[in-house]
Amino acid sequence: MKTAITVFPGTNRERDMAAAIEKASGSKPDLIWHGESDLAGYDLIVVPGGFSYGDYLRCGAMAGNSPIMRAVKQQAERGVAVLGVCNGFQVLTETGMLPGVLMRNAGLKFICKMTHIRCERSHAPFTGSLNQGDVIKVAVAHNEGNYFADEDTLDRLEGGGRVVFRYSNAAGLVDATTNLNGSQRNIAGILNESGNVMGMMPHPENAIDALAGGVEGLKMFAGLAGTA
Amino acid sequence: MSLAEVEITPEIVAEHGLTTDEYQIVLNILGRAPNITELGIFSVMWSEHCSYKSSRFWLKTLPTSGPQVIQGPGENAGVIDIGDGDTAVFKIESHNHPSFIEPYQGAATGVGGIMRDVFTMGARPIANLNALRFGDPSHAKTRHLVSGVVAGIGGYGNCMGIPTVGGEVNFDKAYNGNILVNAMTVGLARSDKIFYSKASGIGNPVVYVGSKTGRDGIHGATMASAEFTEDSEEKRPTVQVGDPFTEKLLLEACLELMATDAIVSIQDMGAAGLTSSSVEMADKGGVGIELALDKVPMREEGMTPYELMLSESQERMLMVLKPGREAEAKAIFDKWELDFAVVGRVTDTGNLTLMWHGDLAGEIPVAPLVEASPLYERPWEPTPKAGDVDTSIPADMSMSEALKRLIGSPDLCSRRWIWEQYDHLIGGESVKTPGAADAAIVRLPGQKKALAATTDCTPRYCFAEPETGGAQAVAEAWRNITATGATPLAITNNMNFGNPERPRIMGQFVGCIKGMTAAALALDFPVVSGNVSLYNETNGVAILPTPVIGGVGMIADAALSVGLAIPEAGLSLILIGETKGHLGQSIFMRDLMNRTDGAPPPVDLTAERRNGDCVRQLITGGHVAACHDLSDGGLAVALADMAIAGGVGVTMDAAPSNIALHAWLYGEDQARYLVATKDEAAVLAACEKVGVPAQRVGISFGTALTLPGGDTISVEDLAHTHDAPLPNYMAGASWSA
Repeated sequence: MKTAITVFPGTNRERDMAAAIEKASGSKPDLIWHGESDLAGYDLIVVPGGFSYGDYLRCGAMAGNSPIMRAVKQQAERGVAVLGVCNGFQVLTETGMLPGVLMRNAGLKFICKMTHIRCERSHAPFTGSLNQGDVIKVAVAHNEGNYFADEDTLDRLEGGGRVVFRYSNAAGLVDATTNLNGSQRNIAGILNESGNVMGMMPHPENAIDALAGGVEGLKMFAGLAGTA
Repeated sequence: MSLAEVEITPEIVAEHGLTTDEYQIVLNILGRAPNITELGIFSVMWSEHCSYKSSRFWLKTLPTSGPQVIQGPGENAGVIDIGDGDTAVFKIESHNHPSFIEPYQGAATGVGGIMRDVFTMGARPIANLNALRFGDPSHAKTRHLVSGVVAGIGGYGNCMGIPTVGGEVNFDKAYNGNILVNAMTVGLARSDKIFYSKASGIGNPVVYVGSKTGRDGIHGATMASAEFTEDSEEKRPTVQVGDPFTEKLLLEACLELMATDAIVSIQDMGAAGLTSSSVEMADKGGVGIELALDKVPMREEGMTPYELMLSESQERMLMVLKPGREAEAKAIFDKWELDFAVVGRVTDTGNLTLMWHGDLAGEIPVAPLVEASPLYERPWEPTPKAGDVDTSIPADMSMSEALKRLIGSPDLCSRRWIWEQYDHLIGGESVKTPGAADAAIVRLPGQKKALAATTDCTPRYCFAEPETGGAQAVAEAWRNITATGATPLAITNNMNFGNPERPRIMGQFVGCIKGMTAAALALDFPVVSGNVSLYNETNGVAILPTPVIGGVGMIADAALSVGLAIPEAGLSLILIGETKGHLGQSIFMRDLMNRTDGAPPPVDLTAERRNGDCVRQLITGGHVAACHDLSDGGLAVALADMAIAGGVGVTMDAAPSNIALHAWLYGEDQARYLVATKDEAAVLAACEKVGVPAQRVGISFGTALTLPGGDTISVEDLAHTHDAPLPNYMAGASWSA
């Protein structure tokens, strides 16, 4: 499998993502600088976390208009799998590849912690070995992870089975007490209409090691490894 | 009238913080009156902040050598050997005054500055820590300051992508007008790729990289060298504004250039900006530097040589390149969209020569500027010896109620509200995260070994008995690293004190240095870098003496490190070290009995060494399931921490009959650890063999903590009592345990 990880000025979780993908797939992803405009030949494109362009305008807004994102969009339209994590999810919403926006956390503070997310549907290649209802423990680290979309859009997402992850507790309970950032309907990850683009706020790439963060994120990457 | 024609009056000299005697030395060095730019340069170079004029005499007495030390104090950061060609590069630095005036930017730029110090040496930062002191929670400004400082630290470190993994926080009314924000960074470099600041090679290009220079922060160093008064907030324009995004680019660009061999030397522009960086580089190399100031990238129009030399704009570096390598270096900085300008060259004149559109704008001989920098052996008087303290308590005082009040108190409650705002997981190497162990454990990428890091100081001990307090700060850092199983290697220190011109304050400084020296020697824990922040006073009221110690250690296999959470029921809890029940200066006496008199617990460095070495062997030998050092709040608070973290109860054994129960539970005798183990007999035997006092104090069991005599609190109740106060306080509630 051939994976590209996009790197913008200010991206900072590209190495974590590369380590996770290499661990799961055995092959090293290519890190692609934002000025590139050709992403042909990749089976998977990951837009990783960080603060692209400092997030000074609006999270992901500048990156959304960069040359490389035009290439990501082209490849997605051809059916290549695209995963956006954290800032990557924000970038994908800014480009219109995914609906909705990520607003400032309801608590108005940056949140970094280990948390649980419940898998709402098993969907290759993004959810790997996870089945519907499975709960995994992963990291979150964001200031703007509060997913918002209008009710019609949310209903369309739900109706199309496009909500992939929700914030929950260890037992899989999804309600206001397990909603750490104010996201509509506890949404942590969604798909596009054709099912080949996924965005999520949590960081499965920081849950691939028994000593640091645990290994539950690997369940997701096991699937990505088989994308080719 | 242009600035060059400003007449140097006694008033202007005084405004620049130079005494009459100091100004006379300036006249002698130059053989003429300085122009305003030159006066500004002398002013910042001789400020307390840059010259350490009050502290240097005593700092020189600290132990700074050891087989592990590659670079001690005097460079941008200290460097120690951690084997296999790897080194740890680290330093702590204060940003106290700016953080009080503008908490978010003050704290943020403090973090940015210390990271720059570390990557200037060629190291990629892998961990940030901090040590914070705020005023009384009931003081009108405290909540706002906590909120801003924490957000600022997070805002900068999170964007840089460096995990913030540890720290400490105290609240005390002594910091009402002078909070302390000390930031520490630990980085990794290969031992053959360490970069220094010594300029060399006559004719070599001097290059400026990073952000453009603006008017921000002019005279920040002199602000940090004066006491506060009520109008200090008018100095807000002297606080710099941080841009972590640019610093992230600067980090990547510098490391990319460092991977080539184009750099001769490099120095970050911190306090006193272009002045101190160029002077230090020239002085270390015994050369001159000529700068064409009109070539400096400027953010604003109409800037003068004076402003350019004194600006403290952030995210800037000065470097000397090998001749002919400019284009290669520029290409890297162009890629990262950073300014790159050849602004001068190394000369053989020994002078700092400043040019402005082809005209001479100032010229100062570097060696005299540095060597004649004032050095004061300020008069000092020792802190009077503390008397005995009455440690009696009301006969009906409930020990479980006391425990609940303590673990919910400002100094002992959970810091989760703070560290959840710091990205402590990025990098994927955070083996022990905040709250999980006595020191943070961060593994080296791709390796088994890991670094342990901690920040420590107990200011109330330092105030009562500076020498004991200085020793205790070093010992506690050593102990916290030991309690994870790691071997302590070296320290960085941040000396935060009041006005050194007052003999009592200077006596606190001297006492702390003496105690630190004794402990650093006894524990093989040398000082490799540090920072001094004096004049932490407002309207004549000084902070508590706060010599913060940042400790770094190493463990060969991260998998062998232990945390403080009791993992399961059925383990024995062994108290290692001698307990006499010392209550003087304890949190118990201060917070529950309102007594702040008396001497702090004595520090027996022989016992520290012996007990700690024994504990570390037990941990790395696999005999220990959890370990926690005993510090603020003593045995009962340590047990509560371990129970809360693990979600497992503890039933304590009967207390010894020769110590009062409250002294047994809350005394703060030093050199003690609690370990949870399956191998009670093996642990006790190992301790006995090396003459280390050890005794079982309880077993892990059930879902409650049961004190001697049967007084019981559920772990759930303990956890809530511990976790709730800080979030509630920050949401606007007054402090209630």
